[in-house]
Amino acid sequence: MTFLRVTLFSLVVLLAYTLFANILPQVQSNPPAEEEIEPASLDRAGQIAWGERLFEGKGACTLCHKNLGRAPDLLGMDLGEELRSRIADPAYRGAAEGLEEAEAFEVYLRESMLDPSAYVVPGFGKKGTRDRESPMPRADAPPVSLTPAEIDALIAFLQDRAGVEVTVPLPAAETEVAAAEPVTGTAEEGPATTAEEVIDRYACAACHDLLGSGAEVGPPLAGIGTRLDREALRRAILDPDAEIPPGYEPGLMPTDFGEQMRASELELLLDYLAGLEAGEAKP
Amino acid sequence: MRWRPLLLALGTVALTVALPDLGLGAEDTGGPAPTPTAADYPRIAGVTGRPVVWALAQMHLFLAAFVLAVPMFVVAIELTGVLTGDDRYDRMAHEFMKISMAAYAFTALTGGALALALFVFYPVLMGYLLRVFDGQVLIYALLFILESFFLYLYYYTWNALRYGDRKWIHLSIGVLLNAVGTTLMFVANSWATFMMAPSGVDEVGTPLGSVWAAMQGPLWNPLNLHRFLANIAYGGAIVGAYAAYRFLATDRPEERAHYDWMGYTANFIAILGFLPLPFAGYWLMAEIYAYSQQMGITAMGGVLAWLFIIQAVLIGSILLAANYYLWCGLMRTEGGRRFVPWVKYIAVVLVAGFLVWVTPRTLILTPQEVLAMGGTGHPLLGPLGIMPAKNTAVNLMLLATFLSFQLFRRASRTPTVPWAWIGNCVIAALYLVAAINIVAAGIYGYITPTVYKVGASVPQVVSTLSVIVFVLLIEAFMYRGAVARPIAWGRMSSRSQYALFVLPVAFTWLMALMGYIRSSIRTYWHVYTIMKDRSPDAYIPTIGEVGNYITVITLVFMAVIVFIFWLSQIGETRQAAPAAETGR
Ligand code: HEC
Ligand code: HEC
Ligand code: HEM
Repeated sequence: MTFLRVTLFSLVVLLAYTLFANILPQVQSNPPAEEEIEPASLDRAGQIAWGERLFEGKGACTLCHKNLGRAPDLLGMDLGEELRSRIADPAYRGAAEGLEEAEAFEVYLRESMLDPSAYVVPGFGKKGTRDRESPMPRADAPPVSLTPAEIDALIAFLQDRAGVEVTVPLPAAETEVAAAEPVTGTAEEGPATTAEEVIDRYACAACHDLLGSGAEVGPPLAGIGTRLDREALRRAILDPDAEIPPGYEPGLMPTDFGEQMRASELELLLDYLAGLEAGEAKP
Repeated sequence: MRWRPLLLALGTVALTVALPDLGLGAEDTGGPAPTPTAADYPRIAGVTGRPVVWALAQMHLFLAAFVLAVPMFVVAIELTGVLTGDDRYDRMAHEFMKISMAAYAFTALTGGALALALFVFYPVLMGYLLRVFDGQVLIYALLFILESFFLYLYYYTWNALRYGDRKWIHLSIGVLLNAVGTTLMFVANSWATFMMAPSGVDEVGTPLGSVWAAMQGPLWNPLNLHRFLANIAYGGAIVGAYAAYRFLATDRPEERAHYDWMGYTANFIAILGFLPLPFAGYWLMAEIYAYSQQMGITAMGGVLAWLFIIQAVLIGSILLAANYYLWCGLMRTEGGRRFVPWVKYIAVVLVAGFLVWVTPRTLILTPQEVLAMGGTGHPLLGPLGIMPAKNTAVNLMLLATFLSFQLFRRASRTPTVPWAWIGNCVIAALYLVAAINIVAAGIYGYITPTVYKVGASVPQVVSTLSVIVFVLLIEAFMYRGAVARPIAWGRMSSRSQYALFVLPVAFTWLMALMGYIRSSIRTYWHVYTIMKDRSPDAYIPTIGEVGNYITVITLVFMAVIVFIFWLSQIGETRQAAPAAETGR
């Protein structure tokens, strides 16, 4: 009898909690959809719309950038006005200084995403750093890991919001391959077994002159084995922006190869690159 | 009960044999974290990994928390028994231990099942974790064997090492047991914190070669402390329910007295572990923010924010139940009755604090609050900064609970020192000043610019803690040689005992909820920023689904606990010899 009463009582308490959980707002949160985008096929309007989707979806920008005071409310404020005053701020020391407006916005926005601490909007810095360090994560680093094409799309979206001309390039065919998320189809295949296959799969040749592609977006890799040792090569692939060879832009080479590649593939690639002699871009 | 060691041995063998072997299964030893594909997540009979692993992990955590916590306060009670020379303490300690022993085999069993499920459903992740933590699994297995050894030694030598020097040997075994148990928990915690905030690996997950570095993530120590305290509170809550049940189930006055006392002690332990928990919780959260703003905001300001409203309700019901129980306890003594009028004021503080806490407004910010905060949400201060009201409420509730305790202790003793009235004035002043300080700091926290917000919660915490420390100190001296008044143990209403059932139910639910939050704020990552979760389960379910699942897990756990209680009780009963057989 006691047992029944006690059990019944405990069940009622338990049900009360369960009920409470069921009357609160019910939201399911899915991982960002890996969009099947054909960047090459996008026109300007499509790119801007893609940027807007990224802002709310994969980029997770709205987590902070909304009207809660966690970060500047990019969509709520007069973006053009604000950006103008940021760049005019004497404390601003970035690369957008002195450029023509639309272009300055592009540079400023890119800087905000790839190097958030370059300029920190007053009052928003990390605690104790007196606005010298931004709490914003780099958009091209995990957990968000946006690709260059996605970052361009975001800039296009924000430039459009700011009411200036959109100056970022349309996603070109050559960046397309590199920019596409690892299409799940590829990832589900087994690991590549030859270096050529790896280069193919991760489209290194779209930017580098490899396997006779002649591409010039990234530095030529012929003879790279004599300049960089294995560890430096590994770093150059896994963390490309750590060291930038003269004459090239950071932020172009994807930073998420480490996430996409299997360990065995990376090793194959390193063997191949280390053995690549000057003038021997095609095996 | 001969099968218990057997089960244990099986569990031990399964763990020790399985873990290193599975470890060898991981093929590569270096390189970045692997990227699992959808095909790497087996489905068994249509069931995916998450529900299975979730339930098993939670069951294991419940049992482990209980099994690790009980020996901690058992040793403390045993020591009290030795120091006071009161045999009742020793008997109670032994009885607590008996309950915990019955749960041990289940702990090992669920642990083995959890390990198995993890390797079956998440082979790639586990392969990677084994690579990161390398030989640590062997240490874990070794600790587990040591834990079993000391646990059985401690329990079965209880009567053999009962008096004099031998008792001290027994106590030392108890201390060793706790040292091993705590280490075991800390080691297990490091796996969880590594997945949240990886350390000891580079940014693509290549292990840097030091297991120690992988263990020492930024969240490790906060989680260690939080779980350590929560376990004690949890263990107390469960044995309290045991005592309450035995109290209700008997009519014999001496048994009632014994179980009433046991229930009181268990409640005392639960509250003792509970009081510092909010502070440990804030530390954990602050470290999460310091590690990643994004993760912190996901927890406190994103989809998961509502879960903290449920947390507040659960904690509120725990505090109310514990206080209600103490108030009923005032009736055990003549002296207690004069405090009864106080109860309503304490109750008002508690209920008001509770209401402030559950008001969602303090979590989901309105534009006015943003304005009140000075317009900017300082990211680290964000979670703490929007909480001045909550902080005030929590601190006042804790003070009220401590006051309930103090009243109860006073009910049974009258001080004889001449300066007692001065002591009382000082204590009253302490409460007053602390309350004013807490409220003032709360208001200040609202109006002050962001940078000082976090600062505002510090004096609050200091106020609460100093009241507790100083009052205990003053009373220790004030009640030297006090006239003790008899406590009529057993003179408790049946209704009061139900409060002791609210505690474990709420605690169990709370643990499952918080464990879920901890796991969910990684969102769609196995190892945050390093290894994506590409399983079909990589989404965050709705609060309702989560609540329902937690309830199911809690129900199963309750059934297991009832079974365990039954086991430890049946060990006491002895079948009467059949009388009719004598004619042969
Ligand atoms: C964890 C919170 C957080 C996330 C997520 C976040 N940001 Fe930010 N962001 C901030 C903070 C705080 C600032 C202001 C400090 C600074 O200037 O770095 C900021 C500044 C900016 C600025 C400059 C704004 C100005 O007024 O000058 C831009 C542009 C920006 N973020 C874009 C983005 C984009 C695009 C994303 C999504 C890919 C994003 N942010 C994600 C916190 C965040
Ligand atoms: C979207 C274009 C792009 C793709 C795709 C790309 N890279 Fe690069 N890569 C660059 C650029 C631009 C640089 C120079 C700037 C830098 O280091 O980030 C570079 C630099 C490098 C370097 C360092 C060269 C030096 O001289 O220091 C190596 C090595 C390299 N890439 C290898 C690879 C490999 C291997 C792949 C395929 C897995 C690859 N890259 C794919 C654009 C690309
Ligand atoms: C009175 C206050 C609190 C109580 C009673 C409490 C209770 C608990 C309990 C019982 C657990 C489970 C521990 C375990 O599994 O061993 C837990 C875990 C946790 N708590 Fe608290 N807590 C409190 C305050 C807080 C606060 C204020 C926060 C942060 C805002 C917090 C964050 C967490 C988190 C993230 C976990 C997950 C740890 C895990 O199980 O892996 N807690 N808490």
